[in-house]
Amino acid sequence: MKYILLMSGTKAGVEGYHAWSKEDIEAHMGVLRRISQDLTESGEFVATQGLAEPKEAKVVRGEKNGVPVTDGIFPESKEFLLGYWIVEVPNAKRAYAIAGRISAASANLPIEVRQFATNEAKSR
Amino acid sequence: MKYILMMNTMKAGHGVPDWPRKDLQAHIAFMMGLNKELHERGELVSGEGLSFPDQAKLVCADKNGRPITDGVFPESKEFLAGFWIIDVDNQERAYDIAARISAAPGPGGAALNMPIELRPIMSAPPQEMV
Amino acid sequence: MTKPWDATSEQLLRELAPQVLGAVARRFRDFSSAEDAVQEAMIAAFTQWPQQGVPENPRGWLIQVACRRMLDHVRGEIARRERETAVAVEAETFLPSLDIETDMDPDDTLILLFTCCHPALTPSSTIALTLRAVGGLTTAEIANAFLVPEATMAQRISRAKQTIRASGIPFHLPAPHERAERLPAVLHVLYLIFSEGYASSIGRHLQRLDLAREAIRLTRNAKTLLPENPEVAGLLALMLLTDARRAARPGAEDELIPLDKQDRTLWDRAEISEGIELLTAALSKASMGLYQLQAAIAAVHDEAARVEDTDWPQILALYELLKRVAPSPMVTLNYAIAASMVHGPAQGLELLRALDRDPRIAGHYRLDAVRAHLFEKTGDHEAAIKHFRIAAARTTSMPERNYLITQAARLAGD
Repeated sequence: MKYILLMSGTKAGVEGYHAWSKEDIEAHMGVLRRISQDLTESGEFVATQGLAEPKEAKVVRGEKNGVPVTDGIFPESKEFLLGYWIVEVPNAKRAYAIAGRISAASANLPIEVRQFATNEAKSR
Repeated sequence: MKYILMMNTMKAGHGVPDWPRKDLQAHIAFMMGLNKELHERGELVSGEGLSFPDQAKLVCADKNGRPITDGVFPESKEFLAGFWIIDVDNQERAYDIAARISAAPGPGGAALNMPIELRPIMSAPPQEMV
Repeated sequence: MTKPWDATSEQLLRELAPQVLGAVARRFRDFSSAEDAVQEAMIAAFTQWPQQGVPENPRGWLIQVACRRMLDHVRGEIARRERETAVAVEAETFLPSLDIETDMDPDDTLILLFTCCHPALTPSSTIALTLRAVGGLTTAEIANAFLVPEATMAQRISRAKQTIRASGIPFHLPAPHERAERLPAVLHVLYLIFSEGYASSIGRHLQRLDLAREAIRLTRNAKTLLPENPEVAGLLALMLLTDARRAARPGAEDELIPLDKQDRTLWDRAEISEGIELLTAALSKASMGLYQLQAAIAAVHDEAARVEDTDWPQILALYELLKRVAPSPMVTLNYAIAASMVHGPAQGLELLRALDRDPRIAGHYRLDAVRAHLFEKTGDHEAAIKHFRIAAARTTSMPERNYLITQAARLAGD
């Protein structure tokens, strides 16, 4: 079963993180890298991605005439996605354990766990 | 250039849309057709739908590192319904694709006009969390 | 004299791989390292043969390359041990001769199947290892089929082999009584591979690898090796009888079409005939195993030219047997469907109520999906719509979700 583990934060949270000492930031990155390596070791790793800061983000809506309308404003308090892991594991419990490890490594930031929908349909 | 495009669940209930059948079919066909087109153009890296938010869990850890799964989502929380990772020649193309997704048909065949969030992704694999 | 690489060459390579692995593993008495060595030989073949042509003796070529890798590995191990111990290691270590070409044992593939389908392995790792070692597929092909990175798939296989190595099982055919005990695990893995392939056949655009076909091929091989075993024949029959319907499953918009709505003219009659023939021969051995039973049920469906010709009393009787041979909530669910077709939907709904109390299936989307169908049959459209929507919210399958919300919408009126 594939799960996506989502790490989100607010602007204030990210600014706080950027104010950590260089050593602490590198240590944190090291722990997260280690987690990804362990997941490859265990045969569970599918993907991981860190996302650019939301100042590069856009929200797009489609107009009737097909012209995209973009809006780059992210309210101060709004949560945005910082990054994710995608893992393949035999059950939800294992997904939660991995999420717990990521959370513990990230000042206990809560990690949202969502199961993928699949393109498969059981035989009939 | 790689981007991630994110679509949230529709506000009217976290559950299943209760539109008329032909509107549902048009919406499903639209999404499938779009994915097929992006795939054929070599622009679709991946496209995934997520299971409904009823099954979502918020996880942190106790002092022993064990997962705690009874976290409560804030009232205002918007849930991710699905995402696309695209690889396109330029930013305009990324906006166009996002606009198309946004204009997917809904009830009565009218464009839903969903807000689609667009974020650039670095190309170097595997991108680390910053 | 080499032959040009053509459409059959890839298939040839895949068939040769387990033969080569069997021989090398037996001779060097090291399944795990032999499997790596053969994988390297396969990759070398895939790289060189398309350009240089298929060698006159392709199996010999593969054995030679694999053996060279094994010898390098053995020498490396010796050197490492020499570095690690103060005592000089015997320079004259037995290195098996390269002439194992004649040493082919038809049972090798069977040994491989038993080795790979080890009960201590998780389903995903045993599937991966079986596809590589017995199926002759490359790590990249398997990774692509399961949509995970190649490094991840390589690790799954590597860990599987570590588990096997740690279990200390030597590379030989298990004794007959042990074989009987372990065969279900082998058949289960083959069935899982088939199910994975068949389930993905909706809207599957470019999976180069057809896992369902691979499973059928491997099961055919297993049947050749165990011609008298009725469950192996039963499994092959089940796969063929199920695979026969594949073309009728996806609709024009790639939507899921359930069995009772499929265009039966699209069913593969040749596969159905073969399945029925296999099943008839297996049933004549007076045993009634899990796969034979499931195949028999599939056969009853496949034999009906039109959905209204389906012999539901026969299916109900078969589910009665299945409930005894291999009881499970899913079997009970399918039994309830058959019961509703014979005794009416109210009867089916009654049977489902018992399942609500079974924690293994309560809350499962199929329970609500079946309930919805039965409510529709009783005329209670409101309940049907409600349960179709509950099922849609609970399933993790997109094609199923789309199907279920469309059914709800159909009943809600256009």
